[in-house]
Parts: sequence; structure tokens; C-alpha cells
Amino acid sequence: MPRIPMLASLTRHKLTVLLLALQVALTCAIVCNVALMIAGRTAQMRWPSGVAEDELVMLDSASLDGGNPLARHAADLAALRGIPGVTAVAAVDALPFNRNNWSNGIATVPNGPSRLAATAFNGTPGELRALGLRLVAGRDFRPDEYVPMDSAHDWDGINHVAATVVTRALAARLFPGQDPLGKLVYPGDKPVRIVGVIDHLLRPMLETGGGNEDAMLFPMLPDESNVTYVLRTAPSQRQRVLKEAAAVLQQLDADRILRHAQTFGQLRSDYFRHDRTMLGLLLAAACGLLLVTAVGIAGLASFWVQQRRRAIGIRRAVGASRRDILRYFQAENALIVGGGLLPGVLLALGLNLLLMGHYELPRLPLAYLPIAALALWLLGQLAVLGPALRAAAVPPVVATRTD
Amino acid sequence: MYGYYLALALRSLKRSRVLTALMVLAIGLGIGASMTMITVLHAMSGDPLPGRSDQLYVPQLDPRPLPRGGASGAPAGNLPDSLTWPDAMALLRARRADRQAAMSGGSVPVRPAQAGQHPFFERGHYVTADFFPMFATPFRAGSGWNEQDDVDRARVVVLNAGLAQRLFGAAPAIGRTVRLKDTDFRVIGVLDDWHPQPAFYARIDDRAFGQADQFFLPLQTALDLRFNFSGDLRCWGSGGDNRRSDHCTWLQFWVQLDSQARAQAYRAFLADYWRDQQAHGRFPRPVEARLYGLTDWLAHEHLIPADLHLQLWLALGFLGVCMVNIVGLLLAKFLRRRGEICVRRALGARQRDIFVQFGMEAAVIGLAGGVLGLALAQLGLWSVRQRPDGYAQLAHMDPAMLLGTFMLAVAASVLAGLLPAWRACDIPPAMQLKTP
Repeated sequence: MPRIPMLASLTRHKLTVLLLALQVALTCAIVCNVALMIAGRTAQMRWPSGVAEDELVMLDSASLDGGNPLARHAADLAALRGIPGVTAVAAVDALPFNRNNWSNGIATVPNGPSRLAATAFNGTPGELRALGLRLVAGRDFRPDEYVPMDSAHDWDGINHVAATVVTRALAARLFPGQDPLGKLVYPGDKPVRIVGVIDHLLRPMLETGGGNEDAMLFPMLPDESNVTYVLRTAPSQRQRVLKEAAAVLQQLDADRILRHAQTFGQLRSDYFRHDRTMLGLLLAAACGLLLVTAVGIAGLASFWVQQRRRAIGIRRAVGASRRDILRYFQAENALIVGGGLLPGVLLALGLNLLLMGHYELPRLPLAYLPIAALALWLLGQLAVLGPALRAAAVPPVVATRTD
Repeated sequence: MYGYYLALALRSLKRSRVLTALMVLAIGLGIGASMTMITVLHAMSGDPLPGRSDQLYVPQLDPRPLPRGGASGAPAGNLPDSLTWPDAMALLRARRADRQAAMSGGSVPVRPAQAGQHPFFERGHYVTADFFPMFATPFRAGSGWNEQDDVDRARVVVLNAGLAQRLFGAAPAIGRTVRLKDTDFRVIGVLDDWHPQPAFYARIDDRAFGQADQFFLPLQTALDLRFNFSGDLRCWGSGGDNRRSDHCTWLQFWVQLDSQARAQAYRAFLADYWRDQQAHGRFPRPVEARLYGLTDWLAHEHLIPADLHLQLWLALGFLGVCMVNIVGLLLAKFLRRRGEICVRRALGARQRDIFVQFGMEAAVIGLAGGVLGLALAQLGLWSVRQRPDGYAQLAHMDPAMLLGTFMLAVAASVLAGLLPAWRACDIPPAMQLKTP
């Protein structure tokens, strides 16, 4: 292949070549970072919550009369348990994705500094089974361990509770490399013993920084007038159970407001609404960028083909095959796109650094770069194929004509 | 002359329809995406309280203990966004500003008196007396309460138009009774559908846009009746999470200061308050009282979500790539017409004439791209309005933005045409005439 003439030809269009390379570089930089954002958001949207997502339905009940909340919750739960198809129920205050976050600073020595803030999940006996949490070590709470949350006195229950079940992730953060069972933690004034470890449980609100499984369950009975009832049932029964639950509660006591009756799937989907919008926009931006770049490459290539018809004809006349012409334009494109990819990769890293400072973006994994480069290079080849084929079709007789 | 250039430009553009269409499409997409995001951010950055906003300030104090391991001279970083109950009450009683009010959001069950109507939850604010005159809330009927009512924990409420309509229909609401949670309140005022965008006085969160508080009642009354408070309650140390304690921040506090001098004096007062508290064993951190104006406060609180900024940058980056693309295409296109340029130059056209001719061609593409961009921006704004966010309903284009879109499109394409036009007019006439 005639490399030197190709370079000579490119230097005659220095500015155009430079612009095309610049476009490829910018596209590479932006698409790399957009791909990173897409990967990050999709990963977050797929995080397992730890609960039996396909089997849960829930609704919030706010009572308006001033009666004893503990007694009413017990009566409500008994009635909800009677609905056909319901395998377990619980009254809880927090759930993954429900944004109701009560965090306590956790110390591991008395009156010590708090090591981290962990979300307290409180509920009635049977919460583990109702939510479908998987116990990997230790035990569930015993009936005698339950105390009221005492929300009327600034949630004083946290100072009286004696047992907790923590997530495996939280246990590893508090006691790295040790057996967490039996260890004491201090979320309030009194020591609390870790009696069990569960596999996973996400906090009600996620953060990008990590610590999203810093969750602990307490045997504390919710005693606010507003409470969330969780019902576990077969996936196919969910809508019916939800309807019946609302009817049962309304019938038991009409002086209440029922809200947020939904399946866990709806709760999750609602939580990630913004991320889905953003994901769509990111995808559209990436596709738009690639499209515009491909169009630019194809447009310029077809210009050059038109401009060089005579040159192509002469080369054909002196013995170049169609394949040679095709190869020439493909090689030329590979050269230009390749020339843009080198600064593009550096630009991608620079842009990543800039975004890391402003938008909590993680560092760009180096594996992205060769993949993006290869993708753009292939895109360039695809875009140039049409004009190159047209160039290859130029008959040698063109050489004899003057225009 | 310009008419002739325009005709030339149109003829040239018609000669390569596909390429022209591609260029118009590229600039249209770039402009459409950018203008959608610029419009959304412009709408969100509007003044929530025109005429009053530059007199409103938020004081910031820091009653927290020293950071763990940090020396007492270390910079404090971010101060808490809200005040503790004792500090808010102290600032309220000191009356060093022209007006001052403490407030917090909450939602309560509203129980309509009429049979057959179900109780429902409504969002509102628990505020102190100066709230209404300070924010110049428009009253449809009645008025707010006074400071004595605050102290007396009066059971009075000011309704917004929506809730008044829902409870009492068209009948006058003043003097009527409304049952909130388990307590009767007397309606003393009805606001004229007051909903500043954003709801700047509340804690800034993702509900700042779109929501309109439907009731306002005295803060101390709400605290006494243990009403539900929303927002952030941050406590430190031990001793429980009591709202009246001096180690929990949760109250928003606003002051009205009618002049810069008053604002300066208030800053000094805040620093004095801090030092005075230090003398009483509180506020261990170094004195660093801050006073934010309304607009600064909204920026400080990140009113506009980071995702929206990111979307704007993405759109602008897209426009940038589109422009580089167009520069390249125009350059190739102009340079192919060397022959034509040389003939014109040889016939007496100055470099300037060639430059204007090609600039005109770029501008025509820009104008067409602007029209397309405008259509795409309307489509984009429509899709933004389908988002279930509070700010979505603000996503409309005003005439200024409409004009701005065209200006941006033409400016972008003329800018993109500058380099190619300059290269085109730089061709020496003799060179091309010599070749066969």
C-alpha cells in the first residue's frame, strides 16, 4: 500500500483532517464518560434490596383517633393475617427505597465516638420472615426482646432495646475479620448485642458513596399513629391481596387514612424514576454523538471521493484494482480516526477527572478506553464504506476526461 | 449585494441537498438539546419573590461540638442548614432584624366537617407571626396572627386558596373551624393561591418546585400538639432527639433586612451572639456566623439538582461536537469551490466579498437549523413536562428564550462558518486559474 502518498494527500487537507480528528476525539471523550454514567446508574438500579421483592405488597395507615397505637397495630395485623393467600405480615417503619430513614451513630465502645451511622429498621415480631430476609448466622429475635419504640418520648426505645440483627456488610465494617455474633454496639445509651446476621438489606435512601447496607434491625414495635403494613404473598396474588387489605383495614376502623398502597416493585420503580429518565437521556446523547460523528465522516469522505475522481481514474488506469481504491479510502479513514483516538483517550481521562470533582463520578476504568476506541474505529470504517465503494466504482476512463 | 449572496447561498445549498440536510440536522439537534436544558435551568433560576428577595436573608450558626480529632482552629466547612429551637427562639426574641420568623414544614391529616368527605393529608408550614408580612403573602381574606398568638399557642390557621376551596367551597372561610389531626383550628386568613417557585423558605429538597403549602399555623402550637414535622432533624451527643433541645437542628429561619447597613449590623449581631453563647459553654467551634441573601442561599443549598447541570453540560458538549462537524463539512464544501472563488476574485471581488458570501451561506444553514432546533426544543420541553418532578411544569419557553434560540443557532453556525469562509477568501486568485 502506498503509505507515503496517502500522508502527502492528507497534508493537503490539514485543517479538514484536523477537524475530523478533533470531532472523533471529543466524541470519544464524551461517550466514554457517558458510558461510565450509564454503567453506574444501571448497576445501582439493579442492586438487590435483600427483601423478597416479588412477594411483597404494602400500605401506610395513619390513624386519626388518639387510641393506643400498639393495640391497634396488633388488631390490624391479626385481621390482615386472615386474608387468604397472605403468608406473613408485619408492621414496620422503614423499608428499602421508602425514604423513611432513621439513622443512629453506632459506637463499639461505651461513650465512644460513633464509627458510622446505620439505619434502624424496626418492626413487629416476624418481620424477618415477612420481608423474606435471609438469616446467615445467629437467630431471629425472641418474643421477650421486643420493646416499644416510644416515639412519644423522642424514640426512647433505642435506649432500652437489647438485641439487634445486622447485615453482613455492616458487621464487616464494624468488626472486620471477626465473628460479629455476641458483640456489643452502642446506638443509644445502652449496649445492644448482635444476635443475628442477615445476607442483604438496603437502606431506605441510597447514596453514591457506599455504606448502602449499613442497616440494623431492632426488636422495637412501631408506635406512631402512622405505620406501614407489609404483607407477603404469592406474586400472582399481589393485586388482590392489596385490595382486600385496604378493605379489611377500612372495615376494622374507618377513622384512618390509607396511603401508598403498592407492590414492592412499584416502590422500587418509583425510587429510580429519575435515574431512568437520566438513563434515557444519556443513551440518547451517546447515540446522537455517534450518529453525528458517523455522518461527519461519511460526508467528508464522499466529498473527497468526488474531488479525487480524476486521481482515482488515473490510478485505476495505471493498474490499481477496485480493491486497492477501496483499501485506500479505508486506510485513510483508519489513519484519521486513529489520529483522533489518541488525544480522545487522554481527553476522556481529563473529562473524567473534571466530572469526578463535580458530580461524584467514579474513576474511568482503563478497560473502557480500548473498547471505546475500537467501537469508534469500527464506526469510522462503517461510515466510510459507502463513499469508498463509490470511489472503487469510478471507471478508469475518467482519467481521460477533463472537467 | 446581500440579496445576491443569499441567492448564491441558496443555489449552492440546493446543489448538495443531502449534505445541507445533514448540516441542518446536526445544528438542529445540538441547538434543540441545548435550548431545552437552558430553558429548564432558566425557568428554575427565576426570582421566587420579585421585589422582596434582595431584603431576605438566612442566618447560619454552628452549635455542634468540635469535630472529632480536629483542632479548634480548623475551618468548619459547611455549617448546619437549620437552627436549634433555643437559638431560633433567641434570635426571634432579640428582634435585631426588621422582621424575623422561624419555620418548619409538616403534614397533618385534615378532617372535613361535612359528612361523606374522607380525611386526607395536607402539606403546610408551621411558622411564626412575621412570616406573612416578611414574605408579603397576598391575602384573599383575613390576615395572619400576631406575636401574642405565638406565645399563647393560639389554635388559629391561615389556609391557602386550594384547601379553603376544598373545605368550604365558595363560602367565606374566615371564622370557620377546621379540624387538623385531633384539634380544632379557627381560620383567620385565606391566601390568594400563594405558591412561590421554588418554595424558597422551606428546606430545599426535591419538593422545592411544584408544591404549594396549603396551611400555615403557629410553630409553637404545632410543637405543643406534637404534630408531624417533615424535613431533617439532626442531633448529636446523647440525651435523646427532643425538638426543644439545644443539640438538634431542624428549624428554618429567615430575616428581613431593609438595607445593606442593616445586614452588616445583623452579621455583627450574629457574631456577638456566637461569642455570648461561647461564654455560656455552647458553640465550641470558632466564630463563623454567616448571613446568606436569598439567591445565594438557593445556590448554596443546591436548589438545581446536579443531574440537571449534568444534562446541560451534556447538551452543550453535544452542540460542540455538532459545530466541529459543521466546520469540517463547510470547509470541505467551500474549498471545493476554489475555481468559482478564483474567478470571482479575478473579476474584482475583494476578499471581504468572498468572506461575506460564504458567511451568508453559513448563516442560512444556521437559520434553518434554528427553526429545526426550536421545534426539537419544544419537543424536548414537552418531554420534560412529562417528568413527574415539581420543576417540570415550569419548562416553558418565553419570548426571550425563543429569540435566544435563533440567536444561538445563527451565532453557532456563523461561528462555524468563520474558519471555512476565511480559508476560502484566502485563496490567491491566480493559482486556480492556471490549472486546466
